[in-house]
Amino acid sequence: MTPIRSNSVARYALYGVLALFCIYYLMPLYVMVVNSFKPLSEITGGGMVALPEAWTLAPWKSAWSEAQVGVEATGLRPYFLNSFLMVIPAVAITTILGALNGYVLTKWQFRGSTLLFGFILFGCFIPFQVVLIPMARMLGLMGLAGTVPGLIFVHIVYGISFSTLYFRNYYAAFPTELVRAAQIDGAGFFTVFFRILLPSSGPIAVVCVIWLFTNIWNDFLFGASFSDFDSQPMTVALNNLVQSSTGVKEYNVHFAGAIIAALPTLLVYIVAGRFFVRGLMSGSVKG
Amino acid sequence: MSFLDIEKATKSYGAVRVLNETDISIEEGEFLVLVGPSGCGKSTLLNMIAGLESVTSGEIRIRNSRMNEVKPADRNIAMVFQSYALYPNMTVHGNISFGMEMHGVPKTEREKKITEVAELLQITPFLDRKPGQLSGGQRQRVAMGRALTRDPDVFLFDEPLSNLDAKLRVDMRTEIKKLHQKLGTTIVYVTHDQIEALTLSTRIAVMFGGDVQQLGTPQEIYDNPANMFVAGFMGSPAMNLLPATLRANSAGMQVELQLEDGNSFSLPFPRGVELASFDGRDIVLGIRPEFMTDPDSADQESDEIHHVELPVDVVEPAGSDTFVTIALRGKGAVGRFRARTAVKAGERFKFAFDMSKAFAFDPATEKRIA
Repeated sequence: MTPIRSNSVARYALYGVLALFCIYYLMPLYVMVVNSFKPLSEITGGGMVALPEAWTLAPWKSAWSEAQVGVEATGLRPYFLNSFLMVIPAVAITTILGALNGYVLTKWQFRGSTLLFGFILFGCFIPFQVVLIPMARMLGLMGLAGTVPGLIFVHIVYGISFSTLYFRNYYAAFPTELVRAAQIDGAGFFTVFFRILLPSSGPIAVVCVIWLFTNIWNDFLFGASFSDFDSQPMTVALNNLVQSSTGVKEYNVHFAGAIIAALPTLLVYIVAGRFFVRGLMSGSVKG
Repeated sequence: MSFLDIEKATKSYGAVRVLNETDISIEEGEFLVLVGPSGCGKSTLLNMIAGLESVTSGEIRIRNSRMNEVKPADRNIAMVFQSYALYPNMTVHGNISFGMEMHGVPKTEREKKITEVAELLQITPFLDRKPGQLSGGQRQRVAMGRALTRDPDVFLFDEPLSNLDAKLRVDMRTEIKKLHQKLGTTIVYVTHDQIEALTLSTRIAVMFGGDVQQLGTPQEIYDNPANMFVAGFMGSPAMNLLPATLRANSAGMQVELQLEDGNSFSLPFPRGVELASFDGRDIVLGIRPEFMTDPDSADQESDEIHHVELPVDVVEPAGSDTFVTIALRGKGAVGRFRARTAVKAGERFKFAFDMSKAFAFDPATEKRIA
């Protein structure tokens, strides 16, 4: 209840505009969801916006485990798994390394540490395309070409700049006296990190994880460039599913596949979203 | 060779020297306060004793063994920080236990020690709370508790009371003093508050500009300041440092002070006997507010009380005392009168100067000359 009532006409106009934008942005999702439950004939017969006349789960089943992706009719399932095998270690390792970097850059400063941080920051601004060829060569030399660990490596290298930036700014605001107190208490470098700093890093860790998870899960370029048939992530497989359908384009299956591909990031946002804003505030603004 | 020796210790950051050659020896059980304004090097010196800052040159020894290269954890010291530095993710219990855990103290012994310390500091009801749920005073106690469990050789306090409100600060000050009397552990305590220094310490090191200006008991520091800085810094309200001229005449040494209206008056200066050759020289006269007071409040034991009638500029009642300012040339001189006094601003009033407690400083070197 606001004590002063503002002009109610203007207020309703405002709500009207907001509702309109809401519908506008939700429309594509609505179309995807509705059509993924329709038999193909209902889509080709026109009426993309209408609700299904006969609800069916067949497109979902097909997209998940039966559709032709690439050469074999495996559905998206194995690639979904590939994406998880890639995302989880990549996010975990990048976050930990970023936290360690941030810890060293703020609490164990050395000559040139600010300059070093500048260089690490530079990594945030290098476009993906620039590194494709050198990275392919590197992966080849390391024997990781066309494998999931190879993709993990690429994503760690790219993610470290961002995770370092997040954690450095967060730890810059973290009282150094705590580190000193722990040193006097007898804690070493890693004990201070794991027992004192990391348990207090919840908000910024959430920001970092959401950012990395979304980026790595949605990445297409590295996935398409550095993977083989058996190591392709979800995004590449989805592309193949849409491209390689023989004969008729099964739009309902494509819609279902696209939703499956987007589900994990959606979930991460719903579960951790409220920490996201909080973490951004505490991390970058104050730091 | 004492319990804690600081020998020719210096600290530089690159070309900037923040602590000049410093020698301090502390006996076991002493309560040494390092006091001075910000940037005087007192916290740096404390951090050097703690091992949180390296020693640029010189040596720090505890129980006669060199500490320069010893890690903070192995120096057998405990430190209480200004911000308390309690680990926010641990409970009070965890905070107190952490240091012992790091030093490999077995669990049963830890628990015993925690119960003991919690009882001593009356924090038993808060053991399961996080620091964020405690008040300033409670956090302060926890920080001390954490330090106490270590049975350290030396306690280091880095401005532990400056984050508390005025009343709590006085209470905790008394508690720290009690704790020291009870435990008898050696303490090095940093503060910028001269009252804390005078009330707590057995000895004080007054620091300024990276140098120890004077090292001595609170009494020595207060009664016999070595220079103008120490004289002006210790005591509240501060000692009056007044420009004056020495005069030698048949009655002995006199100091001549100028009033703002151009008139001057003279006071005998018994301490100036050996300054007879300095006739006519400019000095700085130092006299504490309690030694320029109303005639009834003056020390009856002193045989150097001299009465002068002077114009009063400002009267500031402060409850237990009234502070009265005389307008001297260029500078006001503050006297401490008793609470109920008839003195009024703008009128003339009789002041009693206890000249046996007045000092002379050299205006150029700022050193005390008498």
